[in-house]
Amino acid sequence: MGEKTLTRMDLSEAVFREVGLSRNESAELVETVLQHMSDALVSGEQVKISSFGTFSVRDKAARVGRNPKTGEEVPIQPRRVLTFRPSHLMKERVADGNRRS
Amino acid sequence: MIRSELIQKIADDNPHLYQRDVERIVNTIFDEITNAMARGDRVELRGFGAFSVKKRDARIGRNPRTGESVQVEEKHVPFFKTGKLLRDRLNGK
Repeated sequence: MGEKTLTRMDLSEAVFREVGLSRNESAELVETVLQHMSDALVSGEQVKISSFGTFSVRDKAARVGRNPKTGEEVPIQPRRVLTFRPSHLMKERVADGNRRS
Repeated sequence: MIRSELIQKIADDNPHLYQRDVERIVNTIFDEITNAMARGDRVELRGFGAFSVKKRDARIGRNPRTGESVQVEEKHVPFFKTGKLLRDRLNGK
């Protein structure tokens, strides 16, 4: 199994190889894609990428948390969290790719 | 927002690109992330989030209908953790 970490650089390198754009422009496009997805999520929209997965924003109510080290009670403010639900295709590809043979 | 709307937004921002190239660019990005996870690699996109693979141990499951025990094999599942910047933006910071 891999354990390598890919970054924006690897994604823009893939775009660079796939389409005949400069490395600079490829990097900007990767950034633009992430920016548009982030903006939609911040505005409360769901982002649904077919055969990849769905990002959605959920509201979490306020609750009383506890510092696990000190046992002290701390209030946790209501907040919005992002969840990602992978598509069936992605789950299948990740399960198959990492199966011990 | 769905994939085609995302592609349209990128196309609007980049009128000098062909629509089909924009499609290839967006598809390449998502394919690259899926391929990395299929190899067991992580994809870390600072400010946005990180995609990684988590291992679920083998376990004895139960068929809820019959109550019968079934062996569930070890498997790997995709996981996403939101980046700090996006988490803060979601909360208006």
